[in-house]
Amino acid sequence: MLHQLKQAFTNPKFLVGFVLFMLMLLISLIYPLLSAFEPLDMVTTGFTAPGTYVSIADVANSDGIGMNVDASAGRLASVLKDEDREKMKDWMVRFGGVAEGDIDLSDTEALLEKWQATYDPAVPQKGLRNADKQAFVRLDKDIKAATNSDGLILAAKGEDGLEEVKTIAGNTYVRTGDVVSKIVMPLGADNFGADVMTKLTSSIAVSLRIGLLAGVIATLIGLTIGLLSGFLGGWVDNFLTFLTNIFTVIPSFVILILIANAISGTARSPMLVGLIIGLTAWPWTARSVRSQVLSLRNRDHVSLSKLSGHSLPRIILQDILPYVASYVVMALILQISSGILAEAQLSMLGLGPDTTTTVTLGIMMNWAQKFSAVLGGAWWAFVPVVISVAIITFSLNLMNTGLDQVFNPQLRD
Amino acid sequence: MARELGKSVLRGENITKVFGYGKTRTEAVKQVNFDFHEGEVISIVGESGSGKTTIARMILGLITITDGTLYFNGQPRDISSGHKRKEYWKNIQAVFQDPFSSFNMFNKIDDLLIDCINMTGGRHKSQEEKFEMMTEACSFVNLKYAELTNKYPFELSGGQMQRLMIARIFLLKPKILIADEPTSMVDACSRATILDMLLKLRDEIDMTIIFITHDIGLAYYVSDSVYIMEHGAFVEAGPAEDVIIHPKAAYTKRLISDVPKIYGEWDLSTVG
Amino acid sequence: MGKVMLEVKDLKTKYVTRFKEDVFAVDGVSLKIEEGKSLGVAGESGCGKSTLALSLIGYYFAPLHYISGEIIIDGQNISGMKPDEVRKKVLGTEVAYIPQAAMNALNPTQKIIRFIEDVIRVHDKSLSKKDIYDMAVERFRILGLPPEVLEKHAVELSGGMKQRTVIAISTILSPKVLIADEPSSALDVTSQKMVIKMMRELMEKGFIKSMIFITHELPLLYNVTDDIMVMYAGQIVERGTAKEMVFDPVHPYSKGLMGSIIVPEEGTRDVKLEAIPGTPPNLKHPPDGCRFAPRCKYAKPECKVYDVPEKDFEEHRMYRCIYDVDYLKEAYGRNG
Repeated sequence: MLHQLKQAFTNPKFLVGFVLFMLMLLISLIYPLLSAFEPLDMVTTGFTAPGTYVSIADVANSDGIGMNVDASAGRLASVLKDEDREKMKDWMVRFGGVAEGDIDLSDTEALLEKWQATYDPAVPQKGLRNADKQAFVRLDKDIKAATNSDGLILAAKGEDGLEEVKTIAGNTYVRTGDVVSKIVMPLGADNFGADVMTKLTSSIAVSLRIGLLAGVIATLIGLTIGLLSGFLGGWVDNFLTFLTNIFTVIPSFVILILIANAISGTARSPMLVGLIIGLTAWPWTARSVRSQVLSLRNRDHVSLSKLSGHSLPRIILQDILPYVASYVVMALILQISSGILAEAQLSMLGLGPDTTTTVTLGIMMNWAQKFSAVLGGAWWAFVPVVISVAIITFSLNLMNTGLDQVFNPQLRD
Repeated sequence: MARELGKSVLRGENITKVFGYGKTRTEAVKQVNFDFHEGEVISIVGESGSGKTTIARMILGLITITDGTLYFNGQPRDISSGHKRKEYWKNIQAVFQDPFSSFNMFNKIDDLLIDCINMTGGRHKSQEEKFEMMTEACSFVNLKYAELTNKYPFELSGGQMQRLMIARIFLLKPKILIADEPTSMVDACSRATILDMLLKLRDEIDMTIIFITHDIGLAYYVSDSVYIMEHGAFVEAGPAEDVIIHPKAAYTKRLISDVPKIYGEWDLSTVG
Repeated sequence: MGKVMLEVKDLKTKYVTRFKEDVFAVDGVSLKIEEGKSLGVAGESGCGKSTLALSLIGYYFAPLHYISGEIIIDGQNISGMKPDEVRKKVLGTEVAYIPQAAMNALNPTQKIIRFIEDVIRVHDKSLSKKDIYDMAVERFRILGLPPEVLEKHAVELSGGMKQRTVIAISTILSPKVLIADEPSSALDVTSQKMVIKMMRELMEKGFIKSMIFITHELPLLYNVTDDIMVMYAGQIVERGTAKEMVFDPVHPYSKGLMGSIIVPEEGTRDVKLEAIPGTPPNLKHPPDGCRFAPRCKYAKPECKVYDVPEKDFEEHRMYRCIYDVDYLKEAYGRNG
């Protein structure tokens, strides 16, 4: 056994799978401890793009340092998009009386100079809707703010109206580390405003637990039924094979849906979902263990063990089980992987664990789909989840293939 | 070489084995009769598919007898309960063809031998006594216990494994031993060793040995009585000298003429 | 003295294991077979018999590697040829090879005649299907195989018939040397006898000019081949005519092998069987000196130090032992 373990860890496929799996496991265990939020905390109000958010008030209040860098060019570039330039040109031609040929969109300085000279919100703008007029007012304001090298005047409400608190020069900078109030959301926030990274890592942990439970239950049931039906034979075998066949022909996912649906949403804990998945996934393990045992049953060492007067449980545990053990380990790994996928499928349909207390990979996908994250371009709400599911199941399958090569040497190339 | 026959230990009357039913029904063994005596070496010779292994497994009690009665020590054999089976198996043991599949590869050699000691009522013996017994058993088959201890079966060669199987029989000391092609998977040189050991064991504990084999030369060399089997029935039975040197049944004659000879002429013209 | 059909000079080949260790399975084998003669190769499993067969037909695919030596078939040196070249120029016409499980190599979806067409087309593309069919029928008739077999699939034939068919297919081009590796070991005694009879006929009718027959069953070898050669640990330890080898072996290993023969013949049951203790050495690290010394009951200390050369005696015989022939015979006499 030790020897096989050693071989497994020198098998590249197994090793890569193992490392990937451990990586996911570690992230899911460590990140929730470091994160400032609980997975279900509503940090913001809706889909929020990934990034670091700092408090504007904090920035304004902090003492900056003057830098010899003119920030206006960068600001201008972010304000003046190509479509804005088109709009400015349009306005100037229609209402400012500037000839179309005089305007060069690529020359920012000349364009701004012309704009400041001609734009006047008081000019009658025939044919423009009010909203469009307001848009030009805002654009003008933005441009003024961006080009303003005098800086901002910060005021606070005083007894005689506004009182100047301080002036912030255009070239004043503040060190991000000095800003006290900061929110880091590496993967943004989902529709509830919850931090996706925290939610994702904690759902990986829950999904893994569900998969593990489902896999262990399915393997235990399958192993027991396979061992008994293969070794005992006769009517026991006939009955158990019949049972297995029934469970094989009924699509297990349908049973899964029916059972999950029969239990009310709030009563479904993650462990219960794992149990349900495990109870429907065992048939193929049972079938393959049975066929392995059938070929082992007639091996001479089993006959000799019988002749030595050993009891049935002892023969099964000592003379049969060790021979199927390697196979069962592989089956377990595959069952865990398919348990995780089954949970994701169930939760996608809204039949997963209770959504008010837990969060799983499937539930996250379910919400992302319900709140049209795809249409809204909020990729951070579902792409990381999908990738996580893919990496976990891929790593488990890779480990399985690796073990297969270790246990069946003829598969090695 | 001719030995005085002891009293009968195993007698079969109209033993029949049927596999399957309806269209797949096959009679593997058809109403065979036999009588094996204490200390006798018997060979059941037949080609593959003749039903010789089925007889062996029925005698061992690993499969049921469809019809007929098997008498053990003069009494009809009764293995209806687990306890009775255990009692019966104290008297009958087996060595199988393939040494590689005769061992549980996950158990150490010591486990196998200690298990045999426990089985024969040596459970309460001290460590030293057990060690003594294992050493004795190993040296009986020309193996050194010190070299085997803490080893797994797959670290041994096929011949060594088969010898260890004989050491197991040495410890169990059964009344009857069924040897199912014990030498067909080992080299000719190891074959002689294994046969010698089995015969020596027979002399030591007055055991009955039933050889199941396809090798008529081997049957002639080791056995007192020979049963020739064809299609599930015995076509000829009797002392080895009579059956093999002066065969009467046509099948036996053909079988013997098909085996290559070295002293006489091997007549190739009788074929095809 | 007939024409030499196969001559092997100091052939050395090795296996390279997964762990890049060398296993010297054939280590300095020299032999000669004349036209119309057959040679048997005997020895325990793991002595290099099957590797010798593969080496002789130039089957150098990993993990088997050619080291040195010459293989000359009817004047043509095939050592050093690429496996593909060997397949096109040598296999079938010069040398044919029959492995133990040959009968399982027949593709179950093809009729037997298709295999014959395949074999012939590799060497001669000019023949029509009709010509090939007539040729096959003629050959099958002479060998006593029913020509209907040609139109059948492999699954329709019994084990013995399949094996005989495979032999007929591989010798259809009348090769100069036939190398048969345990061709009858998986068969029951009756089929085995038929296979042997057919191989004898191949020799008598001249369809093959010479034969190497490899088996661990000595009584069989005695009845099939003219000469017998005993191999141990990749080397030849003794060679002589079949009769001499069985009844008058010289090398202690041959003596042990011959002493383990069991035949159902009168009087043989009272002869005590001889057993050689131990197992053949691991050829990754062959023992120094005489390779049989660790198992030999006549070995003296220098046996384990000095390499023993092949020694000729009685003109046609050869053995590899430190002792004189007379000494060995006397020792055997003493031990009974």
